[in-house]
Amino acid sequence: MTETSPTTGPLFPRDRFWHPPAYTPGYKTSMTRAPSRPLVATSSTLSEETGPAFGRDMLGERDNNLILNFTGQPAIGERIIVHGRVLDQSGRPVPNVLIEIWQANAGGRYRHQKDGYLAPLDPNFGGCGRTISDDQGRYEFLTVRPGAYPWPNGTNDWRPMHIHFSVFGSGFGQRLITQMYFEGDPLIPRCPIVRTIPSQEAIDSLVAPLDMNGGIPMDALAYKFDIVLRGRRQTMFENRLEGL
Amino acid sequence: MVQKLDNLMESPSQTAGPYVHIGCTPNFLGNAGIYPVDLGASAIREGAKGEIITITGHVRDGSGMIMRDAMIESWQPDAEGLFPSANETRGKADPNVLGWCRFAADFDSGDWTLRTVKPGPVPHIQGMMAPHISLWIVARGINIGLQTRIYFEDEAEANARCPILNRIEHRARVNTLLAKKTGDGTYRFDIVLQGEDETVFFDL
Repeated sequence: MTETSPTTGPLFPRDRFWHPPAYTPGYKTSMTRAPSRPLVATSSTLSEETGPAFGRDMLGERDNNLILNFTGQPAIGERIIVHGRVLDQSGRPVPNVLIEIWQANAGGRYRHQKDGYLAPLDPNFGGCGRTISDDQGRYEFLTVRPGAYPWPNGTNDWRPMHIHFSVFGSGFGQRLITQMYFEGDPLIPRCPIVRTIPSQEAIDSLVAPLDMNGGIPMDALAYKFDIVLRGRRQTMFENRLEGL
Repeated sequence: MVQKLDNLMESPSQTAGPYVHIGCTPNFLGNAGIYPVDLGASAIREGAKGEIITITGHVRDGSGMIMRDAMIESWQPDAEGLFPSANETRGKADPNVLGWCRFAADFDSGDWTLRTVKPGPVPHIQGMMAPHISLWIVARGINIGLQTRIYFEDEAEANARCPILNRIEHRARVNTLLAKKTGDGTYRFDIVLQGEDETVFFDL
C-alpha cells in the first residue's frame, strides 16, 4: 500500500513563476482581468488547509462516461479513455478527491449558449463528467476526442484539442482548474492560452501521451494524464497552534 | 552536481474559460439531465445554527464592465469557527453547514448571491482570524483562480486584530474586503479585478 498524501499541515507555497502570470497580452481577455497589484502572500491558514470532501454516493453510474451520460445513446466521435493519477508535490497519491471535466464535442462545439461555432451540436453529447479518485489516487473517464475550434483572439487563433479539468484536494487552497492537451497536436505551440504558461517544461506537463496499453483493443485509445496538486509540509519543527 | 530533490511541480493552471458552466454548473446553464442538481448549490441546510445571511455582489473587470461569465466558490466554517472538513481536528462542525458553495454570475445582470451562516472566527498562529468566507474566482481571462476573502464591516474589533488583514500594507485597501451591511442579514460585496478599488487578492 502506497503512502497517500497527508491531509493536514501547511500547504507548499505556490510557485508563481511556474504558473501563468495573470497578465498575458497574447491572451487578450486577461489584460483587463488581471489584478494590477501584488497578491498579499503569506503561509496557508486553516481556511486553505481544510476543504470540502465528496463521497462516492453522490456519483451517478455514468458520471465518468461522457459517451453515454447525456441521453444514454452514444455520442459521435473517436472513443478515448482518459486516465491517470492525482498526486501531491511529494509524489504521493491523493485519494478520494473530486475531478470534474468538460469539453467540446468531436466537431469542436460546446453545449453552451455562448458558443456559436459552425460545427453542429451532437444531440447525444452533453460534454461534462465527474469522478472521485480511488484509494491510490487513480481516476478514469470514457469520452470522445474533442475537436479543435477557432476562437476570437487573434485573426486566426485555434484552440488545440483539450479537456478542461477541475480538481479538488483535501484543502481549499489546493483548488485547481487546468486543461489537458493531446500528444502530437500541432496546435499546442500555436495557442495563446497554452502560451500563457512561461516554460516549455510546464506546458509539457499538461500534454497527455497516447497510452497503447491503457486502451481497449477494437474499442478505445487511451491517454494518460497525471495531475499534481500542492503538497503539504510535514516537518516536526512546524509551529503548531496549541490544540491543533 | 548535487542530489536531486524529488518534489514534483504543481500542474500549471489554465483558464476555466467561457464554458466553465458546462462542467461545474450544468443545470444553471440549462444542460439538465446529467446531474440531478448542481454541486455546491447551497452552503447550508435548513436548521443551520447561527445568523443566516445573504451576500450579493458582482465581479467587475479593469474596464468597469460587470462580468457575466465569472464563477465563484466559497469555503467557510460554521458559526463556531469549525470547518465541516474531514481534516478538521478541533471538533465536529454543525452538520447543517456544508461550508462549500459554488455560484455563477447571472447571465443577464452579473449578480451572484450566497446564502449562508455568518462564520465564526478561526485560530491562527498569530491570533484569531476575524470571521471570513474564502472565495476562489475563475472566468475566461483569469489564468489562475483568484483567492480573496469576504470579511464583514460590522466585525470591526475582530478585523482590527486579524493577522491576515494585518498583512495588508496599504491599509486603505482593507476596505475592499469588507462586506457592506445593506439590511437585516444582508450584505453587499463587489469584487473588482483591476484598477481603482481593486480587491485585495491573496496567495495563501
